[in-house]
Amino acid sequence: MNPAFEPTVTAHPANEAKPERDAGLYAWLSTIEHTAIGRRFIGTALVFLVLGGLLALLMRLQLARPLAHVMGPDRYNQVFTTHGTTMMFLFAVPVMQGLGVYFVPLMVGARNIAFPRLVHFGYWIYVFGGIFLFTALLSNTGPDAGWFSYVPLAGPEHSPGKRVDVWAQLITFTELSALSVSVSIIVTTFKHKTPGLSLDRIPIFVWASLVTSFMVLFAMPAIIVASSCLALDRLVGTHFFNPAEGGDALLWQHMFWFFGHPEVYIIFLPGLGMVSEIILTATKRTLFGYVPIVLANVATAVLAFGLWVHHMFATGLPQLGASFFTGASILIAIPTGVQFFCWIATIWGSRPKVDTQFAYVLAFFATFLIGGLTGVMLAAVPINVQVHDTFFVVAHFHYVLIGGAVFPLLGGLTHWFPKLTGRMLGERLGLLSCALVFTGFHLTFFPQHLLGLRGMPRRIYTYLPDTGWGFWNLVSTVGAFVLALGMLVFFVNAARSLASGARAHANPWGGDSLEWAVSSPPERAAERTPLLVGSRYPLWFGELGQVVGLKPDEHLVTRVVDAEPDHVMNAALPSIMPFITAVLTAGMIVACIFTPWGLPAGATLIAVALFVWFRPTDREPAFDTRARVREEAGVA
Amino acid sequence: MGPVGAHSALEPAGVQARHSLQLFDAYLYVAVLVFFLVIAALGFALGKRSDPAHEKREPPIEAKRGKRGVVAWATLATVFTLIGLLIASVSTGHSMALMPSAEPVEVEVVGHKWWWEFRYPVGGVATRFSTAYELHVPVGRPVQLKLMALDVIHSFWVPSLSGKLDAIPGKHRTLLLRADRAGSYEGQCAEFCGAEHANMRFLVVAESPAKFAAWRDHQLGSPAPPTDALRQRGLEVFMSSRCSSCHAIGGTDAFGTVGPNLTHVASRRRLAMGTLENTPEHLSSWISDPQTAKPGVQMPSTPLPPEDRRALLAYLEGLQ
Repeated sequence: MNPAFEPTVTAHPANEAKPERDAGLYAWLSTIEHTAIGRRFIGTALVFLVLGGLLALLMRLQLARPLAHVMGPDRYNQVFTTHGTTMMFLFAVPVMQGLGVYFVPLMVGARNIAFPRLVHFGYWIYVFGGIFLFTALLSNTGPDAGWFSYVPLAGPEHSPGKRVDVWAQLITFTELSALSVSVSIIVTTFKHKTPGLSLDRIPIFVWASLVTSFMVLFAMPAIIVASSCLALDRLVGTHFFNPAEGGDALLWQHMFWFFGHPEVYIIFLPGLGMVSEIILTATKRTLFGYVPIVLANVATAVLAFGLWVHHMFATGLPQLGASFFTGASILIAIPTGVQFFCWIATIWGSRPKVDTQFAYVLAFFATFLIGGLTGVMLAAVPINVQVHDTFFVVAHFHYVLIGGAVFPLLGGLTHWFPKLTGRMLGERLGLLSCALVFTGFHLTFFPQHLLGLRGMPRRIYTYLPDTGWGFWNLVSTVGAFVLALGMLVFFVNAARSLASGARAHANPWGGDSLEWAVSSPPERAAERTPLLVGSRYPLWFGELGQVVGLKPDEHLVTRVVDAEPDHVMNAALPSIMPFITAVLTAGMIVACIFTPWGLPAGATLIAVALFVWFRPTDREPAFDTRARVREEAGVA
Repeated sequence: MGPVGAHSALEPAGVQARHSLQLFDAYLYVAVLVFFLVIAALGFALGKRSDPAHEKREPPIEAKRGKRGVVAWATLATVFTLIGLLIASVSTGHSMALMPSAEPVEVEVVGHKWWWEFRYPVGGVATRFSTAYELHVPVGRPVQLKLMALDVIHSFWVPSLSGKLDAIPGKHRTLLLRADRAGSYEGQCAEFCGAEHANMRFLVVAESPAKFAAWRDHQLGSPAPPTDALRQRGLEVFMSSRCSSCHAIGGTDAFGTVGPNLTHVASRRRLAMGTLENTPEHLSSWISDPQTAKPGVQMPSTPLPPEDRRALLAYLEGLQ
């Protein structure tokens, strides 16, 4: 490999970087910087985490004692539906994708994410979807049929009004957003890796983001079809799910869980990726079993599509079919087990410093392990039919999602806080937040296992004193407030550190991967010089070179597997059109709730916007044929 | 509330729930063992001093390859443990499916928003009867429950007797269970079904075959027409108010099927979706204002003049 790779491009006047307006709302709305968009995704998702968390506290207050009167059933059902919908669609998926938008380009040494304008469009769609949901909730039109919206309850007959339509259209918003980001992350990973960073050298977090992006591509179509059918049933009188007219109520559940189960892995695989990154920098060891961990990610992604039926064991499906899904659900513990073993082997004898980020990793270990073990229990039909739809399951999936995604996320935010903000996150409050969050979490959710076994179903707004559920519910509510306090400490710590934390240099932890090679926070895309790397841990081992000669508005495109230079392309220019298209799309999605004419009217306007967005420009393509680039680079 | 029955998957009183609990216990032991093994391994990994060969070198360094064998064995052990658990699950499922089911008591269970109806189809049309909130079964005999729903999906669950099974509109599902101990067992709808899902309770009364047969014979009959003036007035009130458009009472012209059949309402232990003890006070307040007790319930408030209400109550209390 050459230490320096210099693509030659023909200068063209139109290709000269135009001075960009940095300040002002217009520039803000037109940005193409993946760091800016990524930060917005993460920040917005954390706002929704707080909102969803407040809803959870309301629910815990209502359930703290029998026959409490904080809310009636009508309000409670809106609150628990919005809590679930918010946490899944407006917090967990976007925050993981936002971290991907911010860090995947940095970690693969790309100047920017592929299709930054598409990602920016996705961001606004996501924001508008979230605003739409909470506006609906505050105007007493919050969805109230559960985040799973089972038919016929969610159908036109049993859910008149607009509440379930709000849910169905929120799904449309999040589908669009998630797909936009996923496509961009896949292309960034495949085509914008810096030379030398072949596919077997990319960091585990990038693998996790890549794998989950593919999962989004395969899972989302199922829910797109499902929510469209539901919207059609509700708005134009089709009967996909109406048994009285030959429809099928279970069809919805199959389509929903074909998406809904992989969704869980879409949320926590990036979390596991962050665990790998934190362990790597904490131990200063290369990862034990890079290949097994990558294969575990891929295996999890594939298996995840083969076990949706374990959400439906209580619907009375044939035994043989159920056994197949039991097998698949149990087997998915193997790849996760492999990751655990590899992490422990990496840590073995390395004497890592237990700072905030590593403390969150330890919290993850204990918590996610319990969630995985109860998951194995849920795979067994005879156990499942007892605990399905009870608080046992509520406990289980909070162990998996908070343990497997939120703890690593808080660790990851601590780990990457210097790169995101240029400041170090305070250690003392960091450790305090970890202790409070961990204690509060287990106090909240461990008793719920017991409540479920003792007969407490999910999604109930109240219970009678004679059930004997009062004590553990009270404990759970107290725990929820401790957990909330821990989160508050985390946010206070972040705010204080942001204002007055120690300045961070480029690589405060001595990390191995390329995001630590750029300054904290990173330079703008146009100012970055792509590196030429020589190993899987480029900042630790191997020679580092630089790719020189790239114009500020050019990107290097490399080959998928070996990351050899392929050609040079023009970078996207800042544009207001993603924002405008997002406004029009949001308008169309909301209008469709009220009139079918929303669709053709909105589609027409969006078509015009897209034409403006993609209108031909006088930019000369920065082509450079593959042969020429290779020749210059000295690649045979 | 009426007498409280067992309401826990941890206190099985029937063969199906016992199978589930045995398997759960097995899984729990394995889970606890695995949890402590993994946490212990993590603890050792953290506490272990780095070995001399590594100490000489400044980090970052290559991960040790020496643990490959251990990781491979741990993975293999995981695979075999999981296969063992899978076999245990499938064989338990098999035993549950093969529960002896000769001469079962057949009951049609219908989930409504938000109450459970139990129909006993004894022989022909003339010998059917319908009751609510209370499922009676004989101890030791298999019971075959045919689950149905007419509005939305509900899920029939009596933790002490059996796992749950959904009642799905447009589908027929059969749940086989057996109570092995006399007693009353709490049940509750487990699938979210709307506003009053939380209060969709019922009671399973398992009694000796003789008592069960006596109960069934009693339910088949109709209560004698009221003889005293007050209760006759009560019947009139029932027939002339909106009560009779939703409820049925055997031996009268009330044939409503929207709400529970009230033929033997006074013999039941509970009222109001199975959430209130069946006392005259509860019945009175339930009739006059169901929306306050259970917001969202489909029964409307029925304001009556005091004397009419007293007559209606007297009549209903007589429906033993």
